Amino acid sequence: MTAFLDSIGYMSWVLPALLVIPVIGAMIVLLIPKGGTAPGGDEIAGGTAGTVRWVAFLTLLIECLVSLGLWWSFDPAAPNWQAAFDAPWIPNWGIRFTLGIDGISLMMILLTTVIMVLSVLGSWTGIRTRLRGYYAMMLILTTGMLGVFMALDLFLFYVMWEVMLVPMYFIIGIWGGERRIYASVKFFIYTMVGSMLMLAAIIYLGLHAANPATGIPNFSYDAILAGARVAPNAALWLFGAFFLAFAVKVPMFPFHTWLPDAHVEAPTAGSVVLAAVMLKLGTFGFLRLAVPLFPEAAMREDVRAVILGLAVIGIIYGALVSLVQPDFKKLVAYSSVSHLGFVMLGIFAMTVQSVQGALLVMINHGISTGALFLLIGMIYERRHTRMIDAYGGIARTVPLFATVLTLVSLSSIGVPGTNGFVGEFLVLLGAFRTHPYLAIISATAVIFAAAYLLWAIQRILFNPLSKPENEHIPDLNRRELALLTPLIIAIVWLGVYPQPVLHRMETAATAFVQRVNAATGRPAPSTTPGSP
Amino acid sequence: MQPLDLEVPLQLMTALGPDLVLMGGAMILLLWAAWRPESAAHQRNVALASIIVAAAAGGMVWMYLLKGYTATVGPVAVDNFRWMADLIILIGTIFAIALAREDNDRQGVGVAESHVLILLASSGMMLLVAARDLMILFIAVELMSIAVYALAGLNRRSGRGAEGALKYFLLGAFSSAFLLYGIALIYGATGTVNLGEIANRLLVEGVATSPLFLAGIGLLLVGFSFKIAAVPFHMWAPDVYDGAPSHVTAYMAATVKAAAFAAFLRVWIEAFPGAYESWHSALAAIAIVTMIVGNAIGLAQKNLKRLLAYSSIGHAGYLLVAIASTSLAGASAMLFYLFIYTLATFGAFAVVVALSKKDSNVVLIDDLSGLWATRPWLAVSMAVIMLSLLGFPIFGGAGFVAKWYILQVALQARLPQTLLAIVLVLTTVVSAGYYLRVIMVMFMRAPAENAEQAPPAAPLTRLVLAVTVASILVLGVYPNWFQRVASRGFPQVEESTLEGFSRALDRMRR
Repeated sequence: MTAFLDSIGYMSWVLPALLVIPVIGAMIVLLIPKGGTAPGGDEIAGGTAGTVRWVAFLTLLIECLVSLGLWWSFDPAAPNWQAAFDAPWIPNWGIRFTLGIDGISLMMILLTTVIMVLSVLGSWTGIRTRLRGYYAMMLILTTGMLGVFMALDLFLFYVMWEVMLVPMYFIIGIWGGERRIYASVKFFIYTMVGSMLMLAAIIYLGLHAANPATGIPNFSYDAILAGARVAPNAALWLFGAFFLAFAVKVPMFPFHTWLPDAHVEAPTAGSVVLAAVMLKLGTFGFLRLAVPLFPEAAMREDVRAVILGLAVIGIIYGALVSLVQPDFKKLVAYSSVSHLGFVMLGIFAMTVQSVQGALLVMINHGISTGALFLLIGMIYERRHTRMIDAYGGIARTVPLFATVLTLVSLSSIGVPGTNGFVGEFLVLLGAFRTHPYLAIISATAVIFAAAYLLWAIQRILFNPLSKPENEHIPDLNRRELALLTPLIIAIVWLGVYPQPVLHRMETAATAFVQRVNAATGRPAPSTTPGSP
Repeated sequence: MQPLDLEVPLQLMTALGPDLVLMGGAMILLLWAAWRPESAAHQRNVALASIIVAAAAGGMVWMYLLKGYTATVGPVAVDNFRWMADLIILIGTIFAIALAREDNDRQGVGVAESHVLILLASSGMMLLVAARDLMILFIAVELMSIAVYALAGLNRRSGRGAEGALKYFLLGAFSSAFLLYGIALIYGATGTVNLGEIANRLLVEGVATSPLFLAGIGLLLVGFSFKIAAVPFHMWAPDVYDGAPSHVTAYMAATVKAAAFAAFLRVWIEAFPGAYESWHSALAAIAIVTMIVGNAIGLAQKNLKRLLAYSSIGHAGYLLVAIASTSLAGASAMLFYLFIYTLATFGAFAVVVALSKKDSNVVLIDDLSGLWATRPWLAVSMAVIMLSLLGFPIFGGAGFVAKWYILQVALQARLPQTLLAIVLVLTTVVSAGYYLRVIMVMFMRAPAENAEQAPPAAPLTRLVLAVTVASILVLGVYPNWFQRVASRGFPQVEESTLEGFSRALDRMRR
């Protein structure tokens, strides 16, 4: 495999190709003539609906297959950027089009491309109006998210960070539920508040990394990491700007209030992408920018205490609020706050184990919560309600659905043998070494997670089948089974044998922890891989 | 090349070449426009001829820019800053006349002279951006303003138009008085009205802090603030922008403002850096208040034209940040921003013109409901323009690049304007509230049932919209060429000015 990929020069063109393919797909989708519409704007019956969906699906399938080559071509031991691509963009301002990946971005890219294919399949019949706009937005969204994971120039990073905002705004606002306009505007404004301050901080950094001879600023990530000298006081403010941008995206308590609205109102695919990928952009931002650029500021005792405190509050609060949700989608949305709290705990506990655990939780949450939102979308298409009370005993009418939902819920809870267990276990193990009390408090959230999810699936799947409208729900069809299969495989595979994934992220995670510890002058931790 | 000697009449004529072409063309066209009886064909011909005259002047400016003329110290500047500002003004002029065709049709205004009035106003603006002498500056302001007063009241049958025109005239006269009084006091303090000479005199101990001079600079600041509609001197803008015909509003919001800003920057950067410590905090305060108030009140607007008026006040605040950074790069950033802002403003008003119903130029934001379903191209163009005004990358195109440029020069200045940069980014978030509302209404609401539809847009209006939107998008991805041009758009700054600036900074540090 590797030999074949090398022979076609795969690593030299793969990253730009991954950015360009969805854009081409979006253009093709927009060029397809509009088919007929049924009353109410329903286009599914129209002549070109099939073409539009297939073009979008095939584009993302190609995208996914192209990206899969990275799994083999990536050298887990190499410390430098891989698949690097570099071209001048705006030379007078020291802005370049620089792409590259490390182990962390590798896994995030693979997660994104896989989830995008599945979410297009997941909206196959759910989206019935304005198909071309919808699928074009999904494709452009892919480019934006992948761009953030690849960007090694801070200007490019910012551009990509904003680019993904607009498609998601339209996806929620046009194809969402009843309160979609409120949710989409809230989502946009919250994200923008954070990111605009980050913009000022990025420019400040680029000017401080300027070439002293020419005075041209330099926005290259490596140059800023090595060369931007800012006073400790300024570093604290800059860290604050980056923190706000990423904390809103994660979302950390108390910046999370956009999340339940956006998740609940978004169409299924929107929720899946939001949960599985977009939230990870926030934690990725901490790993890539906020912490490595300002290690002293991030690791100051008071700053760290506040962030760890917010992470633990998020873990507990998210779990407790999930307990009382009558709406299943909202329940899952709040559980994201809890899971992402684990990621933040893992990152700021700053041990190799906890950081690796945090990375695994990022992937696992993408898989499990993505699958949960897909399942909710499937049952919603059949019954047009997400209220837990409206269901009951449907395990008898939809056994396949029930099986998958149970398995996915177990993985979200973190039962041993599923993927969820490994990540949270590593986070707690790593965090216990630096912050034992916080680790103990956070561990209780695993119990709450069991409570809210098991209780919910009991009420949905297993109580007596009391409502007549639940007696004739069709079970999963072949398309739905096909799109859930990869997720189920991933759940089991990562639960039993996460080593290949951990192995690929180990170099990056270790380098992250070592860099921070070196900068803050603390002893280097043991570099033993933190596999269970 | 030998610098032009402005003492020699023929060389002074050369330095004023494009201005003379535009002014002369306008005179001839005015006679022709008045000579023939009113008819649609006559209006069209005059409009076409006006566009040709503006384009000819633009071509000449372009030639001058390539030749790279310089000049000795004199009453007018011969520098890249002037030529680039001229180009921005002439592009705005052409757009305004192009939009006037359809706007006049729909509002039932049939005066061919209106196109020529635009040319006359533009020739005043070209003189304004050239002036290196406060007296010439004042004459240019009047030349520009009087033509624009008439344009604002172009629709004689509209009550709101008359109200706006009268307000504009009264407050305009008022602000001219401020300018003139300020000029007089500065002359009293320094004994000269030439910008370079003023900078020289400021080197003399005590001049920069004399009460006479400070009063003069304060009055000048107020006068300019009126002209650019900076808070708290912005009160006239929403009413005037709302009442005037849409193409005139676009012309006032973009081109008049661009010219006033260019003159403002020239005066401040060529004459006053030596007194930096006395005016800087006042200018920064005006910038901050303008950004906050313009964008905050924009949130409450229901009428699209008023919304754009308040948005233009917010943009005036951003542009003031470029002036406050007091650097040559600030001049380039301002030119870049003004160009993109001109494109976006004329694009937005092209949409307003296209959506205006017969005999009514009121377009409510709610009138845009479901525009995506009924007129998709118009909706997508408007979305791009709104995102560009918001300063959003890629989808908003060059609006982001322009904002980036201003932020960069603000943080790069000899005295970094961190506070202004932070206010700028935060008020941008506020402005998202109303720009997004326009997009939301167009894309996320259903079209209103049995609403009266505006007729399809004329080809010329569509052309303006297509050109502006395409330029915004292309420059947003690939701003290099344009940025390189703009980065040479420096005003002519003498050694003594820089010396005075250094001394002022030293005094501040002490």
